[in-house]
Amino acid sequence: MDLQTITYLVVGASFALYIGIAIWARAGSTSEFYAAGGSVHPVTNGMATAADWMSAASFISMAGLIANMGYGGGLFLMGWTGGYVLLAMLLAPYLRKFGKFTVPQFIGDRFYSKTASTVAVICLLVASLTYIIGQMTGVGVAFSRFLGVSSEAGIYIGMAIVFMYAVFGGMKGITYTQVAQYIVLISAYIVPAIFISLQLTGNPLPQLGLGSNIAGTDTSLLSKLDMIVTDLGFSEYTTALPGSTLNYFVYTMSLMIGTAGLPHVIMRFFTVPTVKDARSSAGWALVFIALLYTTAPAVAAMAKLNLHATVNNAVGLETTAAGNLVVNPERVKANADVYAADASLVYEQRPEWMKRWEKTGLLKFEDKNGDGRIQYYNDATKNADAKAKAEAAGWKGNELTVNADIMVMANPEIALLPNWVIALVAAGGLAAALSTAAGLLMAISSAVSHDLVKGVFNPNISEKNELMAGKVSMAVAIVIAGWLGLNPPGFAAGTVALAFGIAASSLFPAIMMGIFSKKMNKEGAIAGMLAGLFVTLFYVFAHKGIFFIKGTDFVNLIGGPNSFFGITPEAFGAIGALVNFIVAFAVDKVTKEPPEHIQHMVEAVRIPRGSKAVDGAH
Amino acid sequence: MEHNGKTYWGTVLSLLTKILIIWFLVSFGAGILFAPALNSISLGGYPLGFWFAHQGSIYIFIALIFYYAKKMGDIDRQFDVHEE
Repeated sequence: MDLQTITYLVVGASFALYIGIAIWARAGSTSEFYAAGGSVHPVTNGMATAADWMSAASFISMAGLIANMGYGGGLFLMGWTGGYVLLAMLLAPYLRKFGKFTVPQFIGDRFYSKTASTVAVICLLVASLTYIIGQMTGVGVAFSRFLGVSSEAGIYIGMAIVFMYAVFGGMKGITYTQVAQYIVLISAYIVPAIFISLQLTGNPLPQLGLGSNIAGTDTSLLSKLDMIVTDLGFSEYTTALPGSTLNYFVYTMSLMIGTAGLPHVIMRFFTVPTVKDARSSAGWALVFIALLYTTAPAVAAMAKLNLHATVNNAVGLETTAAGNLVVNPERVKANADVYAADASLVYEQRPEWMKRWEKTGLLKFEDKNGDGRIQYYNDATKNADAKAKAEAAGWKGNELTVNADIMVMANPEIALLPNWVIALVAAGGLAAALSTAAGLLMAISSAVSHDLVKGVFNPNISEKNELMAGKVSMAVAIVIAGWLGLNPPGFAAGTVALAFGIAASSLFPAIMMGIFSKKMNKEGAIAGMLAGLFVTLFYVFAHKGIFFIKGTDFVNLIGGPNSFFGITPEAFGAIGALVNFIVAFAVDKVTKEPPEHIQHMVEAVRIPRGSKAVDGAH
Repeated sequence: MEHNGKTYWGTVLSLLTKILIIWFLVSFGAGILFAPALNSISLGGYPLGFWFAHQGSIYIFIALIFYYAKKMGDIDRQFDVHEE
């Protein structure tokens, strides 16, 4: 069977599974629709949270980003996992005890203010909508790259699938499809990684392989990689740090706080039966996330080594007659010269996978010095030694451009894995994008139907009508998300950073103070949220334009790019959070304390007992 | 909610503080601030600072959450505020 047919079969089977689950898990009440009836097992919820959390970007792009950034890529690894420690200890159990369905509802009730809940709804909608654009385009990209259909058709198919289980099943349908999607995506990620780790190091566990010697030698994989990339003028892999240490620090902190404050992740913890379950469920979520996040750095380093080895035989890997890369221990030990005349790959002899990805435009070769060989190196290097060697070898500039996403997508082909593995990676990429999109849609539709329709416009709405409102707003949200995916605003690339910035600077501090500061009043909370949001948006818009409209940036007014201690706009969420806390406490000091019953409510939220009494209460 | 002169909430906060200190030390400490110094030590083929940033901190985060969940269960029972 050819690759295309197998891919259609595997992806089709995974879709049939999701639809089967959708039919089984229909939601009959608002409690089932918003919180899966509060009856999801903590391990199941952990798995669903992992699928919810790991997006197309985690699956397809993260390893490539780490491969490019080296050590500095650790900010994604630490930032996107460390947030779960904050979520588990500071937010999840208390929000579960509070026993309501949405994040804005907690903020509105705790700060006894419709203004507070409306500000929270706006933050939630902006954060979730910007995030979902990336997911919908991710669905389109995954379809077009793996199945050969147009990106538009891919988005329509994706919308139809999500529609089936999200509209009829609500949180219940989404939860159980996410479990299935997690299993598909994690196998798709780990199977190729195991094969590659085996080929390079003889160790089947990528996490250990990354710290092992190259098979048959006593040279460690990382030291070999460090040596090769340094020789070729790139930064040393295990120490490379784009930007300053301060920016690394603040960026990591922003991702952690943002992760803990993202509403579509928080609301997953409303679905478990008890406070105790909410605590352990966050741990299980991180276990399932860590399976991918500890594999990703191995995939990154190994794919990078493979790529260099493919185009430069001095690395010490050889392409066999069958076409796969195997280690040649003698050659690895020899540390041959990467600038030798016959080291670079002859273009006409390039492997099949390069030809295939050249057609997609993700891989490009340009023979600048006309020798018919591929020279892949850093031609803008500051390393004088590398520069001199390249010039002496007659290299006239880097000739290979590689899109970072290839590191994951072409991995099974580089390692010559069977076609079903390649098909599985396609199904995995789609599962990652669809599961995150569904979680975001749930956050959006519950904010609209529960916090706006029921909370603000029509408090006396019947349960049946609210359920209907939930389904209608879900359907509308899917159409809007699809439209945004089909017509992505020019700023799509910057939007995920914006979602984290908003979650970190407005939602996280407000929820945390609501639990940990009994005396925090509505004036303080509202002023804090607005101040945090404002400084973050101000800094981001200064760099990227007002609402990302080209030409409206005003970076010179704030003293040039990254003028705030060299911090990049993506990393600014933590500063926004700090401003939020400071403003909130300052305003709180000069205004009157919250009413007695609110302080009692905070005390009640802090202890687990009685969690069942308020279960599903409105 | 008084127990041996310490309140439930006070006990919870001191547990959270301890865990957050470790959380900070493994990621921002070992993974970022002290990583250059730790890189002179190897863990198998890993430079230690690099290992903390790309692997180690994640494993410790998992351990911290389960430790927290267990300790909180104990504290809940000690102060008799656990769920029925």
